[in-house]
Amino acid sequence: MAKTRERRPTSFYFLAAFFTLFVLFLYGPMLTIFILSFQGENGGLTFPMNGFSFHWFGNLFERQAVGDFGGSFTRSLKLGLIVMIVTVVVSFMAGLAFRRRFRGDSIIFYLAIASLIVPSILISLGIGLLFNIVEWQPQWFTSALGAHLTWTFPFGLLIMFAVFNRFDPSYEEAARDLGASNWQTIQYVVLPMVGPSLIGVAMFSFTLSYDEFARTLMTAGSLNTLPLEIYGMTTNVTTPVLYALGTVTTGFSFLVIGIALGSVLLMRRRKGQKA
Amino acid sequence: MAFDTSKRSSYFLITPMAAIFAIFLVIPLLTIVIVSFWDYDEYRILPDFILDNYSYLLGSSVTWKIYLNTLKYAALTWVFTLSIGFTVAYFLAFHVRSLTWQIVLFMLCTIPFWTSNIIRMISWIPFLGRNGLLNSALLNLGIVDQPLEFLLFSDFAVVLADVHLYTLFMVVPIFNSMMRIDRSLIEAARDAGASGFETLRSVIVPLSKPGIAIGSIFVITVVMGDFITVRLMSGGQSASVGLQISNEIGLLQYPAAAASAVVLLITVLLIVVGLLRLVDIRKEL
Repeated sequence: MAKTRERRPTSFYFLAAFFTLFVLFLYGPMLTIFILSFQGENGGLTFPMNGFSFHWFGNLFERQAVGDFGGSFTRSLKLGLIVMIVTVVVSFMAGLAFRRRFRGDSIIFYLAIASLIVPSILISLGIGLLFNIVEWQPQWFTSALGAHLTWTFPFGLLIMFAVFNRFDPSYEEAARDLGASNWQTIQYVVLPMVGPSLIGVAMFSFTLSYDEFARTLMTAGSLNTLPLEIYGMTTNVTTPVLYALGTVTTGFSFLVIGIALGSVLLMRRRKGQKA
Repeated sequence: MAFDTSKRSSYFLITPMAAIFAIFLVIPLLTIVIVSFWDYDEYRILPDFILDNYSYLLGSSVTWKIYLNTLKYAALTWVFTLSIGFTVAYFLAFHVRSLTWQIVLFMLCTIPFWTSNIIRMISWIPFLGRNGLLNSALLNLGIVDQPLEFLLFSDFAVVLADVHLYTLFMVVPIFNSMMRIDRSLIEAARDAGASGFETLRSVIVPLSKPGIAIGSIFVITVVMGDFITVRLMSGGQSASVGLQISNEIGLLQYPAAAASAVVLLITVLLIVVGLLRLVDIRKEL
């Protein structure tokens, strides 16, 4: 970084304006449905606002009115949490394994890349067909869980690669020289150092699972997850209750992001105090 | 190596991931390939070895039209996400000077990614609809006499939604590549008399190529397999390969869907292999 501030070139202002427009483009539409979800009771799907009410939020929680919002939300939440825990643990283990070459390592690596680029609907179709043929009942906590893991593992593994590529093994050597066991080395040296990245993996995997639609389509069985429920609503609900649902789930996603960022900051601060 | 040096621990550590990939990725894909040769009637799928699914699929002019249409979506989305994503990443990496601001603005771009894609698609409706914000604004300003119909439920809406959803996939890897460019190279270029644009063209773009390739792989494969965006944003008036597969699934024509899936997979893999020739992903992590 230059210590003396140069004058900004003209291009900076053009690019800054472009960036601002991009952010508006990202947030603008979401802002409109956020506002419209407070539409009055007689209001429609577009502006103008016909009064202001919480009517549509109330509507959301009446079971008959818009399908099973509560049930599908609970299922998505549980599924997201299971996916999150499994992804964090398994990616961390895989990350440790990949620090050394082993036979078949490139196969696993290419499987992860393949898992990332194979269109989601193919995973859905494949697992659906497999369960169909062996006559297992697809369930959100079996087939859909597996489908989601094929989506979250590659991200988890790639993040672990990035972390361990920059990880200095001399800390572990020091711990071992001081007589720490393998497990103690992981617990007291490795985990605290990679902790913030693991929270990143956790947030990534939870939100990816919580919002996943295509991979759930043929794997969820008879009970809907939230994205399937939302998708169903887009085809047969023509009231602002759709926006209310959007506002609620987006708010929930923001809550998850907030918790994740908060805990990373907390970990940083605690580390800072210890040092 | 600091860790337990026995190879067995590596195998132990990788087993859970390998097992999940085997059961939920490899076997299902093999199942698709096998089923694509099966027969079916209205009620069930019948084990067989026939090529009818493929001959019907590849012999139909509809298939080719759908592929053309899907490629068109992919190409348009790629052009827009790349140009927008590159510009945004360039601004963040080279024009924002403090690291804190870089992180804050970067986070600002990534937050929408953590929310539901379907909700983000729906959120265009009040904006683009016949009575939507954009049409009202254009009418009020006297730019048009009657509402523009092509805004929602059209190819325009599909590409717009794709760009909205996936530009981030370009921003992140390109930004990552740009942040690794040694700043002294830029200074050297400037000292050698290169203008800002020349530096951009002959230093920054070539060194950002890995990021560009990774972003392109992401965007193109996602759009090639997409069906929700096309269904929601085209209002059922357009088709894509993914949508065709999902329709066949809906009609329980699994072997036909499987054959379409195999062809789609081959297409996507060919595109990816082509892009991978430009970059070694594993070096970029």
